[in-house]
Amino acid sequence: MSRLGNLGARLYRGEVGYDFIGKRRIWYGVSVLITITAIVGLAVSGLNMGIEFKGGAVFTTPKTSVSVDHAEEVASEASGHQAIVQKLGNGGLRIQITEVDTAKSDQIKDKLSEELSVPSEKIAADLVGPSWGEQIANKAWTGLGVFMVLVVIYLAIAFEWRMAVAALVALIHDITITVGVYALVGFEVTPGTVIGLLTILGYSLYDTVVVFDSLKEGTKGITKQTRWTYSDVANRSINSTLVRSINTTVVALLPVAGLLFIGGGVLGAGMLNDISLALFVGLAAGAYSSIFIATPLVADLKEREPQMKALKKRVLAKRAAASAKGEATEAEQADEDLTDTDDAAPAGAVVGQRQQPPRGHGRTSEKRR
Amino acid sequence: MAAPKKGRGAAGGQGKPGRALALILIVMAALTGGMFLAKQPTPRLGIDLAGGTSITLEAKAEPGQEKAVNKTNMDTAVEIMERRVNGLGVSEAEVQTQGTRNIIVNIPKGTNSAQARAQVGTTAKLYFRPVLTVTQGTPTPEPSASPSGKASGSPSPKASASASEKATDGDKAASPSSKPSASATTQGRAVTGALKADSSPSPKASESASAEDQAAAAKLQKQFQELDCSNKASRAKAAQGSKAGDTVVACGQDDNMKYVLGPAEVSGTEVKSAKAAFDQQRGMWIVQMEFTGKGSKQFQTITKKLSAQQEPQNQFAIALDGEVVSAPRVSEQLSGSAEISGSFQQDTAEALANQLSYGALPLSFKEQSVTTVTAALGGEQLRAGLIAGAIGLALVVIYLVAYYRGLAFIALLSLLVSGILSYTIMSLLGPAIGFALNLPAVCGAIVAIGITADSFIVYFERIRDEIREGRTLRPAVERGWPRARRTILVSDFVSFLAAAVLFVVTVGKVQGFAFTLGLTTLLDVVVVFFFTKPLMTIMARKKFFASGHPWSGLDPKRLGAKPPLRRSRRTNAPTEPKEA
Repeated sequence: MSRLGNLGARLYRGEVGYDFIGKRRIWYGVSVLITITAIVGLAVSGLNMGIEFKGGAVFTTPKTSVSVDHAEEVASEASGHQAIVQKLGNGGLRIQITEVDTAKSDQIKDKLSEELSVPSEKIAADLVGPSWGEQIANKAWTGLGVFMVLVVIYLAIAFEWRMAVAALVALIHDITITVGVYALVGFEVTPGTVIGLLTILGYSLYDTVVVFDSLKEGTKGITKQTRWTYSDVANRSINSTLVRSINTTVVALLPVAGLLFIGGGVLGAGMLNDISLALFVGLAAGAYSSIFIATPLVADLKEREPQMKALKKRVLAKRAAASAKGEATEAEQADEDLTDTDDAAPAGAVVGQRQQPPRGHGRTSEKRR
Repeated sequence: MAAPKKGRGAAGGQGKPGRALALILIVMAALTGGMFLAKQPTPRLGIDLAGGTSITLEAKAEPGQEKAVNKTNMDTAVEIMERRVNGLGVSEAEVQTQGTRNIIVNIPKGTNSAQARAQVGTTAKLYFRPVLTVTQGTPTPEPSASPSGKASGSPSPKASASASEKATDGDKAASPSSKPSASATTQGRAVTGALKADSSPSPKASESASAEDQAAAAKLQKQFQELDCSNKASRAKAAQGSKAGDTVVACGQDDNMKYVLGPAEVSGTEVKSAKAAFDQQRGMWIVQMEFTGKGSKQFQTITKKLSAQQEPQNQFAIALDGEVVSAPRVSEQLSGSAEISGSFQQDTAEALANQLSYGALPLSFKEQSVTTVTAALGGEQLRAGLIAGAIGLALVVIYLVAYYRGLAFIALLSLLVSGILSYTIMSLLGPAIGFALNLPAVCGAIVAIGITADSFIVYFERIRDEIREGRTLRPAVERGWPRARRTILVSDFVSFLAAAVLFVVTVGKVQGFAFTLGLTTLLDVVVVFFFTKPLMTIMARKKFFASGHPWSGLDPKRLGAKPPLRRSRRTNAPTEPKEA
C-alpha cells in the first residue's frame, strides 16, 4: 500500500508518469479498433434482446425437483412456443417464453403449476407486451439524446466547447464499446441493461469531468510561460489525477462487483445481474476513455488554436536553444530538468501558493524530521 | 465526535465546523424522529420486493382524438381504476400515472390479481343502446325459448322506425337463422333446443340476411343463451369486446338481468355533464345529465323512437364497459338534458352520475406488462439486494481503510451519515409521494456508494497534494477544500443531470433507479459540505492526524512531501498562481 502511496507522490510530482498525450495515436488506434470490432459485432450478431423488448413471459418457480429439460418440454407444449429454462441458484427455475400474449399467460401458468406440481400462486410471472419494450427503448434513446445535448451545453459553459466535444466523443466511445460487448458476448439486453447503460453516461462523464477540472486549473495562464506546451500540461493533469482516477474507478467498481456477484451467484439472473453487468463493462470503458481518449482529444483540439500553436513554437525554440547551449553543461542541465519537472508537475495547480511561506507547521515539522 | 472548538484554524477555514456538524446532526435526528412519528420505520417496498402484481397500462387515444391523452383524462382514468380495484375489495392497491400515457396499478400480494387485472384493463366506455331483450341472467334451457321469442319479435318494429342500416343490425341481433352447423355442433342440448325454438324468424330477416349475417346472429343467440350473469368469468367475457356498432349481449351491473342491446345510438363522449340531485317534490334521488349539441340530437332521435315502443323495447340501456348500469324507460321524447329517476339511493345516484361522467372519457388502455412476484421471490430479491449492498460497502470500506488509513474513519462516518439520511428520507417519501423502493432503486443506492465515496477521495487527494507541497495539515485541509469543492460540485452536477433526465423521460423500473441515484447524489453534496469538511477541519486539530501518524493516512513522509526548504529555490513558476 505504501508503495502505491509513494507512486501517488511520484506521479504527483511528475517523477514518474506515462506520456498519455505523446502516445495518444496508439491509444486512438486501439480505441478505433475496439470501436470497429464493437460495430462489426453489432452488425453481424446483433443484440440479444430480452423478452421485455420482444414481448413474452418469464415465470419463476420456487425450489423444485423438476429437471430443466422436463420443464422446457412442458413450457413449450403449454405455450406453443420455444421456452428457455434456467436453473436458479436457489433451486428454482426461470422459464422464459417469447411471443406470448399477456392474456394467454394465465393458462400457461396454470398448466405449468399442474405439470411441475408447484402451486400456481407460488409462480412469479412477468408478462410483457411487445410494444412495452419498444416504448422503454424509445424513452431510453430520448433520454440519451436529451442528456447528451444538456451535457454538451453544460460542459461548454463550465469548461469550453473543445472539452464538451471531447467528452461527447468519449461518451459515445464508451456506449459503443458496451453495446458492442453485449452484441459479441451475446448477453441478453433487458431494461436492466438499459438502466446500466444510461448510468454509465453519468459515470463516464463524472470521471472525465474530474480530469478536465484539473486540466482547466493547470492550463490557466499557460500562454504566459514558455516552458510547457498545452499537451505537456494536459499530460501532467492526467498523471496527477491518475491516483484519484484509479481510486474512483476501483471504489465504483467494488459495489458493482458486489451486485454482479450476488446477482449472478445467488439469484441466477435478473435485474441485479443485468444492471451490474452493463455497469461493469461501461465503467471500465469510461475510466479508460477519460484518460486515454478525452484528454488527449482536448489537447489535440487545443493545439490547433493559434495561441497554442504560437506557444508551442516558443517552447520548442527555447528547448532547442537550451540543448544548443552545448553538452558541456549536460550534467547541470539534467539537474535543472529534474527540478523543472518537480516544479511544474502540478502545472500551476499549486505553484502559486508555494511562494508563500509555509504556515503553522512548528510542531509538526519538527516531528517530521 | 464533535469536539469542542479549540479556536480557529490558522488558515482561515470555515470558522465554525461544530455548527455545521450540529446542524446535520439535528437534521438527522429530526428525520429519524419524523420517520418514527409517521410510523414509517422502513421504506415502503415495491411489488418486486414485497410480492404482488404490478400492471402497466398504456393509454390509446381513439383515432382522430390524439389530444385525448392528457393529464385530466389520465387522472380521471386513474380514479375509475382505483374505484374498480377497490370495488374488488382489494385494499392498499394503488393506481398512479407514470409518464404521460402510462398508468401503473400495483396490487399487493394476497389479493385476487387475475380478477383485478381483468377489471383494470378494461375500457371505460359508455354507450346508450336500445334494449332489445331483457331476461333473468342465468341460462336455463327450458324458458330460454321465451326470451328468444321476444327477441325475434323485436327488430321488426324497430327496423321500420329507424334507418335501414341499423335495422339490419337489429335483425341480426334477434332474428335467428336456420341452424348453422358450426355452432350447432359444439353446443349442448339446451342451446340446440333454443335455436330450434327460434327457428321461426320473420321471413324478411332471413331473406335479407346473408349467410354471414345468419352465422353472426346465431352466434349472438348462442352468446345470449350461454351468458350467465351470476358467473363472473361469463360476465367479464360478455363485457369484453363489445363494439359500438354491434348488437351485443350484456349483463346488468348490479342486478341479475341479461340484455340484448342494439347498436349504440349515443356515445358517452356526448354527455356533457351528469350529477346526482335530490328531487324535493318527489322526494327521491335522480340523476340529471346534459348532452352536447350532437348528443342531444341523437338522444332526441332515440328517445322519440323508444317512447313509441312496447315494453321492454322502450328502455335504453346505459352500458358502461359492456355492462348495463341502468336501463331507464322512456316515456316521452327528450332532448338536450334528461333526468333518470328510479329507485335510487343517494350513493347509487352519485355512482351513476359518476359513471356517466367517466363515460365521457375517450381513452382505452392496453396492458403493457404484468409482473407477478410471489412473496417468497420478493423477499429473496430484497435479501439479495441487501447482501449485495453489504458486500459492496464492505469492499469499499476495506479499500478505503487500506489506502487512506485514518482518513477512512472520516470517510466511513460520512458514508454512515449519508446512509442514514438516504434511509430516513426514503422512508418518509413513502407516505409523502408514494415512493416505493424497488430492486432497481436498491441498485441505484448501491451504485451511489461509489459516487459518494468518490467525493471523499477527491477531497483527500487534494489534502494529500497540499501536504506533498510541504504544508501542514490544517492549512492543507483549508486550502484543498475550495478546489475539491469545485470538482465535487461539477461532477455531482453531471451525475445528477443524468439521474434527472432519466427520471423525466423514462417510466417504470428505470425511474426508481434514477430517483435513488439523484437523491443520493444530492445527499452526497450535503454530506460533503456539512459533515465531511467540518469533521475534517476538527480532525485536523487532533494530534493523531496533525502529527501525520503513520496510520492517519496523512504521513508526510509516506506521501513524499517535499522538505519545506526546497520551496524557496524556484520562483519562476510555469503558470500563474491560481486560487479558487
